Amino acid sequence: MFAEYFEIIFMFFKAFVVGGLICTVAQVIINFTDLTAGKILVCFMLAGVALQALGVYQYLVDFAGAGATVPISGFGYLLAKGGIEGAKEGLFAAVTGPLRAASAGVTAAVIFSFLVAILFRARTKYN
Amino acid sequence: MTGKHRENYNRNYLNYVNSFDPPTKHTKNCYRAFMVGGFVCCIGQFFRYMLEMLFGLSGDELAGTVSILLIFLGTFLTGLGVYDRIGRNAGAGSIVPITGFANSVASPAMEFKTEGLVYGLAAKMFTVAGPIIVYGVLAGALTGIVYYILGLFGAV
Repeated sequence: MFAEYFEIIFMFFKAFVVGGLICTVAQVIINFTDLTAGKILVCFMLAGVALQALGVYQYLVDFAGAGATVPISGFGYLLAKGGIEGAKEGLFAAVTGPLRAASAGVTAAVIFSFLVAILFRARTKYN
Repeated sequence: MTGKHRENYNRNYLNYVNSFDPPTKHTKNCYRAFMVGGFVCCIGQFFRYMLEMLFGLSGDELAGTVSILLIFLGTFLTGLGVYDRIGRNAGAGSIVPITGFANSVASPAMEFKTEGLVYGLAAKMFTVAGPIIVYGVLAGALTGIVYYILGLFGAV
């Protein structure tokens, strides 16, 4: 019983450290270059695709759980994983696999953003 | 003034202006990004455990539902105007997690609603997130095709 609780708490700790480190790397890149948010997101997503294509990112996901899937590199991981799994079925599934795997995220982003945009008004930015 | 001189002039002027900027606080920024990014990932891990225990989800369904919940959180906080406040202090800690992706979709959609539902809200929705989907689909499809070709030769 105690070991089970310890395992859960340790999992949270791993997710916190790995997720935090990925964000810290992004922050270091932002500090030393003038990359905007959009470019950072694209770079990290492509890094996730590349790492999963090489078969590395899966280990990180198994190790850190949400710490590896929640950052945008996890989105790239999903896309690459969909492509690799589709490739076993055939060429059609290899090309459609990435979006099929990522459809949950894209659909949720579109639906919730539409509802939020309808319901809320844009506020003045205090930057 | 010829081109070369003007360049030097501009560079000197920019250096002069930059010398009055407050120095970037690298350590502080990184610490905040680490804490906020780690915290968002912990929320994701919490959702993971909750969905696993309460609804018995697993595998792709579990991962998908967790990102849907986080995206809901990101868009909702954007709507309330809270996310921009977090983002001002957290830097990359609020950009890199999937909630930042949700924020980058919801924020322009809200802002350009005044220009109409089609050419405003819907068209501007993917101004920031569009490139992610474009390059993501390209890279993902490329990965799939490479693995398919490797599979034909029995390499994978």
